[in-house]
Amino acid sequence: MRRVAVVGVGMTKFGVLADKSLREMAFEAFKEALEDANLAPKDIESVYTAINADHFSSQVSPGASVMEYLGLNPKPNIRIEAACASSSAAIRLAWLDVASGLHDIALALGVEKMNEAGRTTAEIIQFMGTGGDITWENHYGPTFPGFYAIFAINHMHKYGTTKEQLAMVAVKNHYYGAMNPKAHFQREITLEQALKSPMISYPLQLYDCCPISDGAACAILASEDVAKKISDTPIWITGLGLGTSSVALHNREDYATIPGTVEAAKQAYKMARVEPRDVDVACVHDCFTIAEIMAYEDLGFCKKGEGGKLIEEKQTYIGGKIPVNVDGGLKAKGHPTGATGAAMTYEIVKQLRGEAGKRQVPNAEIGLTHNVGAHGTYVCVHIYRR
Amino acid sequence: MLSAPRYWREIRYRYRLIGSRCLKCGKIYFPRRLVCAVCGSRKLEDYKLSEKGKIKTFTVIRRSPPLGYEKNVPYVVAVVELEDGVNVLSQIVDVSPEEVKIGMPVELTFRKVRENGKEGIIEYGFKFRPIFE
Repeated sequence: MRRVAVVGVGMTKFGVLADKSLREMAFEAFKEALEDANLAPKDIESVYTAINADHFSSQVSPGASVMEYLGLNPKPNIRIEAACASSSAAIRLAWLDVASGLHDIALALGVEKMNEAGRTTAEIIQFMGTGGDITWENHYGPTFPGFYAIFAINHMHKYGTTKEQLAMVAVKNHYYGAMNPKAHFQREITLEQALKSPMISYPLQLYDCCPISDGAACAILASEDVAKKISDTPIWITGLGLGTSSVALHNREDYATIPGTVEAAKQAYKMARVEPRDVDVACVHDCFTIAEIMAYEDLGFCKKGEGGKLIEEKQTYIGGKIPVNVDGGLKAKGHPTGATGAAMTYEIVKQLRGEAGKRQVPNAEIGLTHNVGAHGTYVCVHIYRR
Repeated sequence: MLSAPRYWREIRYRYRLIGSRCLKCGKIYFPRRLVCAVCGSRKLEDYKLSEKGKIKTFTVIRRSPPLGYEKNVPYVVAVVELEDGVNVLSQIVDVSPEEVKIGMPVELTFRKVRENGKEGIIEYGFKFRPIFE
């Protein structure tokens, strides 16, 4: 296998982008990445398009529709789906493509338009719910906030995690979101606001939940020879892990962990030959605040059960033990499902190049992305190094 | 929404909480399986699961339910660990949501689960209610 680097990244602002289509968002991210890499469309040899659900855009084979709009026909394209981890899975495929020697330059692009998935939020939530086991569980109306609430209450029961600690995750991520011009929500919130927000699915309140966003993000990957020729700042992909967990909640043993994360992290650390304490900056999957706390533990940033304490001691702020989601996370930056993993990569690449501005983690050398599909059905952990 | 046959073909198992047991290695499954995932045996028999268990974890859905559940909120969704050691996801009924706790003993009750609009079928199945002694 050849060494592979990210040589260009691009992303749209995340939010309710009512004036842009799925394809227009994809092109906007693609254009930024081309300029970032100083490449032309003809240089792209292979494309992986990540789109979570056909439902959301009412288009079967939406990847093909995006590919056409990028102007890259008749080059190779595969559309990949791994729920909310789709674009991390696309990066994995692009990495395999380049590492294997099949191509020298590949594009992994994720895009999602969620706000047009239904006429009402209830319709969108109903679509999203079909990511659970629809034969045996979905008819009891669990919902996605409900799945994570089920984890949260179990975590609180087992380890004494508090609702205040959950809210502290939201406060941190909004704090950094306010500094990110591409974030869906660019404003700070207080602990009191979070704790007074409406109860959605006990114990998760409105501010424990990420928004429903539109957006696109992408990364251009190149082989070592090409990367060194075209880029002064290649960011190397040094570890990749992919784990899975059951779709049905009834097939889980422990409800205070995501088994797929533990597995993916183990693979990625081993491949990159690093330990959790070597990571300088991380983007983790905080679709709900409890998800970030479980990620701290499952990724080994602290012991199991001590995730609540880690945020309470502000160890995941810049200056702490391990800065996490300093781009605002899914909570404030937004979560257009198919684009989320590529957007995490966007942030880590900027951080490792020292281009993150006000949110820069000083001297960051090793970065990690952790992208969870649905309630853990797919989990990608990638490790990057400058 | 499930098509009528997709719901209907599991009715026997849904209505009575019937899973399967491997005659070779003894592994119990819910939902039922045709081939044992542990030992590969094709000899599995229908197995009536225990109607009693305890709440392993839960949530109370209060806002933003899926389409068609607006009238049901607040409702309790829980993972119940049956006495056989098998987990099932279901709803807890006949109790105020504030009283539901992890570890609470519950028993099976047969209830209406969902109405599929004006033209679809009405789905029935298992739910659980607390056992008060």
